[in-house]
Amino acid sequence: MRAPLSWIREFVPALDAPVAEIADALNQLGLEVEEIDAPGAEITGVVVARILDVVAHPDADKIRLADVEFGDGQLRVVCGAPNIEPGMVVPFARVGAQLPGGFEITKRKIRGVVSEGMLCSARELGLGDDHSGILSLPSASVLGTDVREVLGLDDVIFDLSITPNRPDAMGIVGVARELAAHFSLPLEVPTPEPEPIVSAIGTVTVQVEAPDRCPRFVGRVTTVAMGESPDWMQRRLIAAGMRPISNVVDVTNYVLLERCRPLHAFDLARLAGRGIVVRLASDGECMTTLDGVERTLSQNDLLICDAERAPQAIAGIMGGRDSEVDVTTTEVLIESAYFEPSGIARSSKRLGLRSEASARFERGIDPNATASGADYAIALLAQVASGTATPGAIDVYPEAIVRPRITVRTARVNAVLGTALAAAQVRDLLEPLGIEAEAAPDADGVFVARAPTWRPDLEREIDLVEEVARRYGLDHIERRVARPPAGMVGALTAAQRERRLLADVLVGAGANEALTMPLISPADLERAGLPAQAPVTITNPLRAEESVLRPSLRPGLLSALARNASHGQVDVALFELGTVFFAPVPGDTLPDEHQHVTLLIGGTRRLAPRRADRPVDVGDALDALWAVVEALGVADVRLAADIVGGFHPTRAARVLVDGEPIGVVGELARDVLDAYGVAGPVVGLELDADAIERAARGDRIARPVSTYPAATFDLAVVVGDSVPAGDVERTLRDAVGELAESVRLFDVFRGGQLDDDQVSLAFAVRLRAPDRTLTDADVSEARSRAIAAVERAHDAALRA
Amino acid sequence: MSADELIRRAADVRAVALDDVRGAGSLDGLHDAERRAKAALADVKKGIKDVPGDQRAGVGQALGAAEAAVRDAAEARRSDLEAAARSGAAERERLDLSSLGRDYRRGHLHPVTQTWRALEDIFVGLGYSVFYGPEVEDDWHNFEALNFPPGHPARAMQDTLYVDLGEPEQVMLRTHTSPMQIRLMETQPLPIYAVIPGRTFRRDTMDARHSPVFHQIECLVIDKGITLGHLFGTIDVFFRALFGDVEARFLPSFFPFTEPSAELATSCPFCHKAGCRVCSQTGWIELGGCGMVDPNVFAACGIDSEEYSGFAFGFGIDRIPLLVNQVPDLKTLLWDNDVRFLEQL
Repeated sequence: MRAPLSWIREFVPALDAPVAEIADALNQLGLEVEEIDAPGAEITGVVVARILDVVAHPDADKIRLADVEFGDGQLRVVCGAPNIEPGMVVPFARVGAQLPGGFEITKRKIRGVVSEGMLCSARELGLGDDHSGILSLPSASVLGTDVREVLGLDDVIFDLSITPNRPDAMGIVGVARELAAHFSLPLEVPTPEPEPIVSAIGTVTVQVEAPDRCPRFVGRVTTVAMGESPDWMQRRLIAAGMRPISNVVDVTNYVLLERCRPLHAFDLARLAGRGIVVRLASDGECMTTLDGVERTLSQNDLLICDAERAPQAIAGIMGGRDSEVDVTTTEVLIESAYFEPSGIARSSKRLGLRSEASARFERGIDPNATASGADYAIALLAQVASGTATPGAIDVYPEAIVRPRITVRTARVNAVLGTALAAAQVRDLLEPLGIEAEAAPDADGVFVARAPTWRPDLEREIDLVEEVARRYGLDHIERRVARPPAGMVGALTAAQRERRLLADVLVGAGANEALTMPLISPADLERAGLPAQAPVTITNPLRAEESVLRPSLRPGLLSALARNASHGQVDVALFELGTVFFAPVPGDTLPDEHQHVTLLIGGTRRLAPRRADRPVDVGDALDALWAVVEALGVADVRLAADIVGGFHPTRAARVLVDGEPIGVVGELARDVLDAYGVAGPVVGLELDADAIERAARGDRIARPVSTYPAATFDLAVVVGDSVPAGDVERTLRDAVGELAESVRLFDVFRGGQLDDDQVSLAFAVRLRAPDRTLTDADVSEARSRAIAAVERAHDAALRA
Repeated sequence: MSADELIRRAADVRAVALDDVRGAGSLDGLHDAERRAKAALADVKKGIKDVPGDQRAGVGQALGAAEAAVRDAAEARRSDLEAAARSGAAERERLDLSSLGRDYRRGHLHPVTQTWRALEDIFVGLGYSVFYGPEVEDDWHNFEALNFPPGHPARAMQDTLYVDLGEPEQVMLRTHTSPMQIRLMETQPLPIYAVIPGRTFRRDTMDARHSPVFHQIECLVIDKGITLGHLFGTIDVFFRALFGDVEARFLPSFFPFTEPSAELATSCPFCHKAGCRVCSQTGWIELGGCGMVDPNVFAACGIDSEEYSGFAFGFGIDRIPLLVNQVPDLKTLLWDNDVRFLEQL
């Protein structure tokens, strides 16, 4: 909403505060100033001048010399514009004048002739792009006047962001009312004498068939002489951001901007039956709006029709092409109606059609300014379109709209705001906004107030509390800190602390945390080799690339690896902790959301010159996995080889926690890396962090550390190569029992004298007792138990 | 041989042996020199039996002193030789450390996570609890219970991404963290002192200042006697904890779920209101919205708004690293994941 200060001052003539102070006040009032536009601020020294004579330049064809008079003198300037001629009134920039962009006019010699200034085009004054010639000013302009006054460039325009609860502030008068209240100045809004109400203006009638959607309809009729509106009106419309069209249309827009009162002017000659019927559309009914688009309507759309029921406007949204005023129009019917807001909002949204009118109607305009708005338009048409009104106003208003009575409890006001206002203060703060107390506050500081009809947002006590806060000034409210009562302690939950620990462990493992888009493309799922399951999809995505919710963090991280690789960064480890989405569990409507943690490590481990560089391998992912398991104290974690989508078919395993699969670890599939353009190898893991948080934990009890020496034995066993080493390790540990301090696989051997399907696994077993030094007999007995157990469990043979 | 002669011989042997020991070039050489010295002194000692008894003590003393001197010299020499050997070995083991060890990689938490944690920690310090909520919401929690009736123009302020579940436009990616206000009021005992950081979604195209996915933090306090003054004061201390020497500014605004409502801004932590590039010369940085919980919201959650009052505020987490770390734009911060960026912060 663009509000020129000169227009505001028309209603608050005493408003003489500096612009910065007014802007500050608007902000304090909640009418946020987005920008202060002062088009003429950069122009000085440009005055109105008349061209006396135009003569040829002695040394140039396209440049001419103009003698100009400007009130207190005459000068000669050099000018290259083609349109100058004697008698023309023009903007003249004298030597020393400043133009927009910091351009200063100096005395210059042009092809041997001194120019004592410059004549200006519209563009040179910052008035748009027209640079075809010198700007022609109204011939009646007083010579020597500052051109900013003539062009309305001495004004300041506040570009306001109006919140949806304040339709009243979508008009200049509403903004003026706020400023008048703030600065304690009188508000002066001239209103024409009310026109007597008639049931028909001549033969013109109005019939409202949907009074719940159109609670009030006022019609006035006047003759008009079509033409352009006067300069003052055009300048205001332009300053407020509207394009002048014709005197009649400009008047309706002028009233809309000034009074927040949308009007429509119908060419009465084109309204069949010279009358209006307000009715609901029927499903599939069509009409062409004045933007030339044919609209298909539904039974929820309200229509303004002629007396023969043919649609002539979509009520409150846009007029129809058929009854639009044009140069042939001689008589108009002015519609000033009040439409039910949510109906307008729904139609506007469904039709995808928004207008200055609909933006106001859907927020709720003043139903009681309907008649005065029409009368005001009639008065303006008399002024700018030589209109002669037909006496009488039709006012279809079967049920007067009254505002609720609101009980205001001063104690409640203070309880919400943390203030100590007196009841009279509260009442006095509300009064300049048109919120009137029915009677003085009672002994308890309670009074009943009624909000004005231009403030549909004020219905409840809390709404008036907010008005008190705005008027009192938010800056004046004493600030205190809200602290929980004694006994409430702030702390992260165990799950929240573990979530942080999980990320910290991966950071410690050298990975950088990434954030990838939760909205991905269906094609990403395929590229990442994720199992074909129906993802959760977006109804109205902006782009196909953002049309499904990720069921895995891998596609995003793979894209991140690829993007880094494209910049030459290949030795990259990234992880993400984020939400993934699956179809709702039966009985739920919302998707099944899980927190996952995914780590991808790519490229080369750089060890040279101390040791040889090596490509990353699954061991790196496993290191990270076991670091997480250890840090969180998860008790029961096993790996089970499996074929997992997106992973290398023989180098991946499911991570089982408490026997349940909660993730995967391994090397990523070659074809997935190829699809993402990542050279590889890439290893990684993806875990359900929620499941880890739920997993059983080892106890956190510190046991005494043994002071007795450890004993060790090595054991090499030959097993079938499908036997997981982890299973053999666990068998050994169980067999050795409590004495087992560690069991570590240190060699894997195939070939030699072994069969093709055999593998030799060598373990180092370290034993220690808490209470004694182990004897040779203890060790040999443990070794025997271990051998017997692996022989039994895995059909293992002791390697010779 | 007389005692005097023996004493003289002992002195001679001592002098020779000391030279021998001190001149030893290696531990083996020292060992030999000690052996020679011992033999020579033993040789002198043999003569003691021919010396009259009363003079033996003098000879014995001279021999003892010679032995001790040789032993001390040998110890000193051994220590020198050992030190030299160690230093030789160290020299052979010398490593040039000046350019090793740059390959260790410490990872980095994402700047948004760092900020997220800092925000949580400030509120935990104030005694508040931290909650997270679902990213996909239903209409009740995202809109209706928050006093956005169907068709309300305020819904249009939030370009919503809907999800193909349930009835059309009934399931959506949450447009703000405020649905968690409802979830907490529905499930938590009163009073509530809570913050809810989380991911939020709007139907926006990615550019320097907008992202369809972004991060917000919501604060909700419900208790008896909570006032607008509490809201402002709490935001004030929170901003100071986060930015240092700043003040909070409040301008009236409108949100369906709070009344009174305000926009919240901090004075610019870089220029302290003087105006600079970071604050676009205004001296203030707008961060979010706040207000007193609307009675309609309390009613939707079955809480008596005459007995309890409360406030809520929310703002974008991403703005903070953009400001504090002067990250050039939202895309660099959020979705590029360029390690050259991540490793700087």
